[in-house]
Amino acid sequence: MISFAWFPVWRRNFLVWRKLAGPSLLGNLADPMLYMLGLGYGLGALLPDVDGVPYLNFLAAGTLAYSVMNSASFETLYSAFSRMHVQKTWDAILNTPLDLRDVLLGELFWATSKSLLSGIAILLVIWVLGLYEHFALTLVLLPVAVLTGFCFAGLGLSINAVSPNYDFFLYYFTLAITPMVLLGGVFYPTTAFPAWLAAIAAWLPLTHAIELARPLILGQWPQGMLLHAAALLAYGMAGFAAALGLTRKRLLR
Amino acid sequence: MKSPLSLRGLTKSYGGQRVVDGFDLELEPGRCHGLLGPNGAGKTTTLRLALGLIEADAGTVELLGHVLPAEAKQARRRVGVVPQVDSLDPDFTVAENLQTYGRYFGLSGKTIAERIPALLDFAGLAGKADAPILTLSGGMKRRLTLARALVNDPDLIILDEPTTGLDPQARHLIWQGLRRLISQGKTLLLTTHFMDEAERLCDIISVLDHGRSIARGSPRELIAGHIEPHVVEVFGEGLDEWKACVSGLCRRCEQAGETLFCYTDNPDKVVAELEAAPGLRYLHRPANLEDVFLKITGRDLRD
Repeated sequence: MISFAWFPVWRRNFLVWRKLAGPSLLGNLADPMLYMLGLGYGLGALLPDVDGVPYLNFLAAGTLAYSVMNSASFETLYSAFSRMHVQKTWDAILNTPLDLRDVLLGELFWATSKSLLSGIAILLVIWVLGLYEHFALTLVLLPVAVLTGFCFAGLGLSINAVSPNYDFFLYYFTLAITPMVLLGGVFYPTTAFPAWLAAIAAWLPLTHAIELARPLILGQWPQGMLLHAAALLAYGMAGFAAALGLTRKRLLR
Repeated sequence: MKSPLSLRGLTKSYGGQRVVDGFDLELEPGRCHGLLGPNGAGKTTTLRLALGLIEADAGTVELLGHVLPAEAKQARRRVGVVPQVDSLDPDFTVAENLQTYGRYFGLSGKTIAERIPALLDFAGLAGKADAPILTLSGGMKRRLTLARALVNDPDLIILDEPTTGLDPQARHLIWQGLRRLISQGKTLLLTTHFMDEAERLCDIISVLDHGRSIARGSPRELIAGHIEPHVVEVFGEGLDEWKACVSGLCRRCEQAGETLFCYTDNPDKVVAELEAAPGLRYLHRPANLEDVFLKITGRDLRD
């Protein structure tokens, strides 16, 4: 049965976000945008075309995926942790007819929504600067952003479930997020990787997101589109299932 | 009328230790019930079991006609909870907190908006609808938490230490509110460490220790049943010598630190003796619930 019991949780986060939307948007978007423009124009001037397009165009897809990933991760780690551990918002909600699944689904879909917003902001820049080949294909980046956000929201919630404090998230960023940025193909093609490194990279969730996003910007349908989409979905669902079990152990034992 | 909450043979262990151990509780509709016990006696665990937040190892929970934990979500529709720890949304105003919380019960924005003025009035927060949470005092936050627990017009209200950390003025305001709820026919279940609070508010008290019910009754019944009617507290120079010669006058004497508690049916003789002992000071008072509590759970620290 499809239940929308989680919606009030999503709505609560949305209403808080709306109050602080200005600074929050700026913080979320300034960083990836500066990376894209600084590296794209600065480093791009020194480089020949990459994959047949100027470096800035190449970088656009990576930036979109990276920005969506970061947005979902920050929301499900730092922000969700505040609600769960510091403000006891989740405890308050659990005293109402909602249960932990509703709370976590609300958080999952909220983080996905927020990361979609990051994706849209980057997409606007891509459109304004004309960094694409076929406009219609760039619209497919919207569902790609949703899938990527969902994937990293699920993974983030599972890390949140076992975190004793805010400092713990640094491990996740150092040991999972940063390697993904460096191996997933955000800044450069991974075609020159030795076979063993390419084999590791192929498993990373961010790689799947970029394998979907990059061709769409370069004017082609992605190869193995369903596989990449299924991988993102699977990572997200596995993360969510783990989050549900681990958070139940943490809060409801 | 059916019991709003019935716990039977409730048992819950953590790491091999029985925190709740065969506990029974049957709430009576429209009465205020107190759950007393030292720290670690199993009070909060009992409340969490009663709400279906955790599952019992053994025993049954029936909350407002629903069998838990299977029907916990339905049952909680008609329950209001005031948790021990502040969990108001600091990013919202007073009214926004009530609006947001009401939504968790599936109430429409319009329904909640109609209830807000009465809730704020009840909580003594009229005119504070748009105040940010950060500007509220501790007492105001507590009262708002109470108002929040009423947003769904519950039949049963569960309060976990509702006045801990409040000054006397704020406590009295909360008590007034709780009395009003009782007079409206709501059923209350509260835990507290303040025996005067339990004595004033509760019709029926259950004392819990080591997860078991060790006494039950109205405050008067508990006092009459467990303890002598008068207490004389004695302290000061020469207590030890005086103690030796007075033992015949009291049914029971207990020394805690520098104070001797004399429990007696006949306080006049003890007081007469004390008047003759110039170095000693004393306080003669009727026995209260705290005396009962200390007698049956002991004076040892539990943290």
